[in-house]
Amino acid sequence: MSLQAHLVVRRGAFTLDLELTGGPGEVVALLGPNGAGKTTALRALAGLVALTGGGIDLGGRPLHAVPAERRPVGMVFQDYLLFPHLSALDNVAFGPRCQGAGKSEARRLAGEWLARVGLAEHAAKKPRALSGGQAQRVALARALAIRPRLLLLDEPLAALDAHTRLDIRAELRRHLADFAGVTVLVTHDPLDAMVLADRLIVVEGGRVVQRGGPAEVARHPRTDYVARLVGLNLYRGFAAGHVVTLGSGVRVETAESGDGEVFIAFPPRAVALFRTRPDGSPRNLWEARVDGVERHGDQVRVHLDDPISVAADVTPAAVAELGLSEGQVVWVAVKASETHSYPA
Amino acid sequence: MLPALVGLGFLVLPVVGLVARAPWSTLGTRLGEPQVRDALRLSLVTATAATAICLILGVPLAWLLARVDFTGRRIVRAMVTVPLVLPPVVGGVALLLVLGRRGIVGQWLDRAFGFTLPFTTPGVVVAETFVAMPFLVISVEGALRAADQRFEEAAATLGATPWTTFRRVTLPLVTPGVAAGAILSWARALGEFGATITFAGNFPGRTQTMPLGVYLALETDPQAAIVLSLVLLAVSILVLAGLRDRWVSAP
Repeated sequence: MSLQAHLVVRRGAFTLDLELTGGPGEVVALLGPNGAGKTTALRALAGLVALTGGGIDLGGRPLHAVPAERRPVGMVFQDYLLFPHLSALDNVAFGPRCQGAGKSEARRLAGEWLARVGLAEHAAKKPRALSGGQAQRVALARALAIRPRLLLLDEPLAALDAHTRLDIRAELRRHLADFAGVTVLVTHDPLDAMVLADRLIVVEGGRVVQRGGPAEVARHPRTDYVARLVGLNLYRGFAAGHVVTLGSGVRVETAESGDGEVFIAFPPRAVALFRTRPDGSPRNLWEARVDGVERHGDQVRVHLDDPISVAADVTPAAVAELGLSEGQVVWVAVKASETHSYPA
Repeated sequence: MLPALVGLGFLVLPVVGLVARAPWSTLGTRLGEPQVRDALRLSLVTATAATAICLILGVPLAWLLARVDFTGRRIVRAMVTVPLVLPPVVGGVALLLVLGRRGIVGQWLDRAFGFTLPFTTPGVVVAETFVAMPFLVISVEGALRAADQRFEEAAATLGATPWTTFRRVTLPLVTPGVAAGAILSWARALGEFGATITFAGNFPGRTQTMPLGVYLALETDPQAAIVLSLVLLAVSILVLAGLRDRWVSAP
């Protein structure tokens, strides 16, 4: 059972045009900023939004011609949308009932699913009496109870607090591993995507800007958005051997050798700052102006500007030593061994 | 401040007067009089029947107005609210012209089934339904508009047909609105006078409801009129209490 979709949805000035494939048991994450069209893509797969063009094929069956209620698709909505007038058990039993199961049979199935997500003792509770994490699990059980071939998750962890999120993420990962169908997950959190997905599709402005495995995307971002998400400095330049010339004229030496148009990326911790021109080895060296200083975990992130925008992570001690303040000019050195180039 | 107090007094004093002048000592016997009992029974039966018809016809109409985007929806909505502002007696005349023995539809009813509505108990129900239905439609439409339609989408992804979704998701979500609309309609039907007397006449036991009884008794037996009015007042207060509970407990 595999998914092949070409989703085209036009709405006013916005056009979503996205190709998507998924194999059995595979988890594909759509990652992108708000308004990129991720949720629209999910709604199109569920049949809640009509396609303007393209099509959806699930296991050889054209899904786009089938109304939402007859698609073998389960969906977990961002705010879960549990029916407020039904108990957790009846929420989960709703799908099997619609598929023709008798009342007691549907409730027995629902009980099994609730037990599977660890909520057997909360079956009689109304949604408003459930915590965020419990509601999320009921929503997952409700979507899985219809035995879908395609599971859609819209920001499944976005509504949870940080601590619950950690638990639910691990648990969700386990349930997704048990699920034999295709899963498509929408998120704007790179960590959710990295932990849960086998493959990432990065969407910006309704189009795919990058696809690949989580590790590949994390190492080789291709847009500023992805680079920010995975915490890398990213530039485009022209390579001749180990030296890449950036648009601004800055020349950077990289670990890999390349030719022609390339991206280069290095982490903020590969950047060192000096008050005066350092002697010795660093070859990737230029003067830059400090644009801002902010706390970042146990490090301090320094934003540098002019000639190119760079993020550098230094220790609080270094900040004190350098006496960093906005507008100050410092020397920037980047380790060549941590600067990677790859074809653009 | 003064206009506010005058306004309050203006609204409250008539009710106080009604209670103060009530023949409390003979209330029990008067309530037991067959004329009063008949009028009360007829009023309750017809108002309840009218409310039932309002629900059966009004809920789908409200759904149409709230959920289906069709051309001329604004005009349809305006037409639904006409009975709300129309003087009831005009409504009665209009009903006569359509459903009367020589009316556009009534003529046909008479010929096909030998059945005429005016001056019958079903006629009372028709007149009451006509004036009460807008209350139900407006109340339910408002509730439907306020309800989160994404619950209906969630139901669709779970395999629910539109009808199942309506029955098991939409309707339960708007129950408070439906209940409020039904109570308002019932109260309006119970107090209906103008359309009823015009369309259904004033026959004791058949079409003489409480308000008609009050009006008639005022000329022959003012004490009876007060007793009947007290009953209607009690019902109004009950309705008010019922609505308040609905609104307070609404999710």
